[in-house]
Amino acid sequence: MGYTGPLADKDRIFTNVYGFQSPFLKAAQQRGDWDDTAKLMQVGQDPIIDAIKASGLRGRGGAGFPTGMKWSFMPKEPKPGKPNFLVINADESEPGSCKDREIIRHDPHKLLEGALIASFAMRARAAYIYIRGEFIRETEVLRKAVAECYEVGLFGKNAAGSGYDFDCFVHRGAGAYICGEETAMLESLEGGKGWPRLKPPFPAGAGLYGCPTTVNNVESIAVVPTILRRGASWFSSIGREKNEGTKLFQLSGHINTPCVVEESMGISFRELISRHGHGVRGGKNADDFSNLMCVIPGGSSVPLVPAEQILDAPMDFDGLKALGSGLGTAAVIVMDKSTDVVRAISRISYFYKHESCGQCTPCREGTGWMWRVMEKMRTGDAEVEDIDKLLDVTKQVEGHTICALGDAAAWPIQGLIRHYRPELERRIAERRGRTMLEAAE
Amino acid sequence: MPKVTVDGVELEVPQGATVLQACELAGKEIPRFCYHERLSIAGNCRMCLVEVAPGPPKPQASCALPAADGQAIRTDTPMVKKAREGVMEFLLINHPLDCPICDQGGECDLQDQAMAYGRSFSRFEENKRAIDDKYMGPVIKTSMTRCIQCTRCIRLAEEVAGVPEIGMLYRGEDSQITTYLERTVTSELAGNLADVCPVGALLQKPHAFEFRPWELRRVPGIDVMDAVGSNIRLDVRQRQVMRILPRINEDVNEEWIHDKTRHHVDALVRNRLDRPWMREKGRLREASWTEALEIFGKRLKKAGSKVAAIAGDLLDAETMYAARKLLEGQGSTLIEGRQTGLTYDCTSLSAVAFNSTIAGIETADVVLLVGSNVRWEAPLVATRVRKVARKGGKVFAVGPQVDLGLKVEWLGDDLKLLGKLPKPVTDAFAKAERPAVILGPGALAAGGLGAALGLVQPLGLIKGEWNGFNVLHTSASRMASLVLGFAQPNGLNDIEAAKPELALLLGADEMPADRLEGAYKVYIGHHGDNGARQADLVLPGAAYAEKHGTYVNTEGRVQRGEKAAFPPGQAREDWAILRAVSELAGKTLPFDSFGQLRQQMVAEFPQLGRDGLIDLAWAPPKLDSKAEGPISYSIADFFLTNAICRNSPTMRRCSEELVQGLHYEEAAE
Repeated sequence: MGYTGPLADKDRIFTNVYGFQSPFLKAAQQRGDWDDTAKLMQVGQDPIIDAIKASGLRGRGGAGFPTGMKWSFMPKEPKPGKPNFLVINADESEPGSCKDREIIRHDPHKLLEGALIASFAMRARAAYIYIRGEFIRETEVLRKAVAECYEVGLFGKNAAGSGYDFDCFVHRGAGAYICGEETAMLESLEGGKGWPRLKPPFPAGAGLYGCPTTVNNVESIAVVPTILRRGASWFSSIGREKNEGTKLFQLSGHINTPCVVEESMGISFRELISRHGHGVRGGKNADDFSNLMCVIPGGSSVPLVPAEQILDAPMDFDGLKALGSGLGTAAVIVMDKSTDVVRAISRISYFYKHESCGQCTPCREGTGWMWRVMEKMRTGDAEVEDIDKLLDVTKQVEGHTICALGDAAAWPIQGLIRHYRPELERRIAERRGRTMLEAAE
Repeated sequence: MPKVTVDGVELEVPQGATVLQACELAGKEIPRFCYHERLSIAGNCRMCLVEVAPGPPKPQASCALPAADGQAIRTDTPMVKKAREGVMEFLLINHPLDCPICDQGGECDLQDQAMAYGRSFSRFEENKRAIDDKYMGPVIKTSMTRCIQCTRCIRLAEEVAGVPEIGMLYRGEDSQITTYLERTVTSELAGNLADVCPVGALLQKPHAFEFRPWELRRVPGIDVMDAVGSNIRLDVRQRQVMRILPRINEDVNEEWIHDKTRHHVDALVRNRLDRPWMREKGRLREASWTEALEIFGKRLKKAGSKVAAIAGDLLDAETMYAARKLLEGQGSTLIEGRQTGLTYDCTSLSAVAFNSTIAGIETADVVLLVGSNVRWEAPLVATRVRKVARKGGKVFAVGPQVDLGLKVEWLGDDLKLLGKLPKPVTDAFAKAERPAVILGPGALAAGGLGAALGLVQPLGLIKGEWNGFNVLHTSASRMASLVLGFAQPNGLNDIEAAKPELALLLGADEMPADRLEGAYKVYIGHHGDNGARQADLVLPGAAYAEKHGTYVNTEGRVQRGEKAAFPPGQAREDWAILRAVSELAGKTLPFDSFGQLRQQMVAEFPQLGRDGLIDLAWAPPKLDSKAEGPISYSIADFFLTNAICRNSPTMRRCSEELVQGLHYEEAAE
């Protein structure tokens, strides 16, 4: 249990997240990356996994599954012909999220060093970095950084002088949101259509090319070297219990200075926004939250939270779960009172309708239906009963699909209905009143 | 064996069973669309959701979940009911509900399951999605708006038919099933796509809008289009066979049939011989039965023992037996079934049979095809060999290179290769536990039987119970004709050498017209085809669907088909014609009904009396194992191999598109 306050500069992991310095090897080494990586690896594979377990690092991709535990599912002794693989998920497409992009374009060597260490710990022969297709400049930076690593012997045979043979491949996606789902990503890497696979078998049993595979988020991997350098106890001294460490928050929406900033987990929403976002748009000063309407705290797939509930809530996995929402990727989307919240959620519904892969029935058919009803809600061109119908449809999608996209499409609408049902009813009543007036004339 | 509880009933299920199979074993019906026993598991329709403990607190797709020890499965909880209703509602919101004009109506999975598991009302008020129909070839009619994206067709094309040409385009609710560039599915198993389609999206094009399933009478039959003897169901309305569907027989055709089997039905009412014809001054003229039989009887009397009988490819054993008896009465043994002039040794039936059995070949680990375009000669054996290749077994082939829809290593096309097989082949066979050789008609024609038998020892084809020496025939009547002795040592040449005065062509349409030229040819058959064209007397007989019959397939399996309809016009069942003429010739055959005929046949050939495999003792003849010369395949056009399918408009259209490669610029209506 440590501090949840503003993060001290000395505790920052991503020291170049603003891109003030060069992202490439020389500058990265000056920042401390690749500093005697072999020594970090010398402790052995299981001690690394144990250290990550002890640090309390939870997956930064959204679900918050303990990273160390995930690594420990990998076979300790790969069978011949079935090597272990690490796949790094850089297909960051969640609306609101933009942290992996900053890491890759400004601090790629943190990721690459982490890739080597994590692969070593998991006995992975190679790491595949699946990068979002739209990240063109980022891919260029990443490719160059990987080439640098090969050039100076950080990758390849006897990587970084550790005695471990390691390869790293960068694969560009083609711009589908669903390929950020871990099994769809494996399918896409293999050259197939980005359709999520059925689980079980889980990737740790049969993943990429049927081999044991772990899929990790960019941020989860990029923080690994620093955790090992500074010790698990340092990392776990930041944040609240079970929600330890630092986190890149991505502030967007109606705040004065949208930004990506590293903060300690568990920082209160109020402090996060007033310190780094310089307050909500339209407020008298940075501490004036009177113009705040609601917040989507973790990227488009988590339910929104109204202002009064989130203001003093700790921004971490469990703190937001208690509010019926989630930390997700920590993409904080702030909406002030000028927002048409129904339209905002409707737009999110359109996104999920557009990105549904079409494999399984509830999501394929349900996302389109939900979006269409949401559009009717936006204009008020509906019946009051339609609100419950919509809620029921979201429940029919949620939990019935192969992957979590169905859930992600359902939750924002559920959040809207939970918190803004009066607003929906008002629109319907208003619209009805208008039509009746028109008819009377 | 894991022990599970299904709705409180404890039972043991086989290792590797899924939760869905466990529920079925417990007698619980699980609705499903994408799941199909013979295809890989997709798990995408979400209709088969059940509650499983231990597990996450949400319903699980039972088709994809392995049954594990101690699982408690519930199929009757409110959660399951709600999940099913929800999925059904989603499937129906964009389904056109045009059941009254849909051919699938009455045998539609979606219709049935909507009745059983759906809600009785719709909450969907938005506009429905519509999708353009796609062109998929001459046998598949599409109506893609009805599609529920279960992907069964995609998996069937890839896994069973070996043509990965169907796929899904686009994403989400815009997903569309289509063939590659909307071209014809280049498979001879395309009709099965419509069979596995759970809705009316893929239908059989040739008989679209012709009948409703509940109007049809179902008659079990045996297919005669190849020597596999697929089990079929003839669906009959009044006197006409309207369609043919597969019957499930795990030992033979599983639940598939190929397009020739399925879509030759339109020929059963086209170009039929419905009255006798006589040749006068070089031209055929109509004749009455009295006239025709009198001439036949007179000729028979005059010819005495100089009579020969040539059996065609589609014949049942009873007709052949009756002909044999007729000739015996005349004192002749000139009977032959290999009408194209093949002369391979038939002294031992086991040396020319499919010994591993058709179901058995899929358990082989190495297969060598010799002169066999198995995809055309027996598409349903090809599906089995495809399973071998998909499981990682090696398939080698000697013969001209063709696309078999499976991974094959081609060794060359000369029979010489059998004498000195390359090392990778012998190595693979040395390691194999169940090695198999399939000898096709191409190799038989090239004289490769001896050379292939010579491989039995060195390749170790016989191991305990396993006999991997297989001969693949293409004629449905072949094995029965060999049992009945329709084989001269030198085939047709021996018949010609005996200079018969009268030749009885029993549906023999593949015999070249220049054979047996001096003889008076009497053709008994059903279609006005090659046989009738060269005959001097044409007597209208019954097609296979119009008579009971016993058939023996290439593995020596005795099966019986039933009579589904009556021969058209004045046509009669073949045995009755032979019986009638025997009386006129003064040597009356000793049976007055089909029942008696069959009884006598079984008394003389008891192996034809028992359904199932004939016990063929392995006793190969000693033959010269030297052979050389190039192999060519016997089938030039898969869709036009016999008198029936040559007269089928659908088969001609298939041939034009799939074999001759003509391109049809047709909008999908």
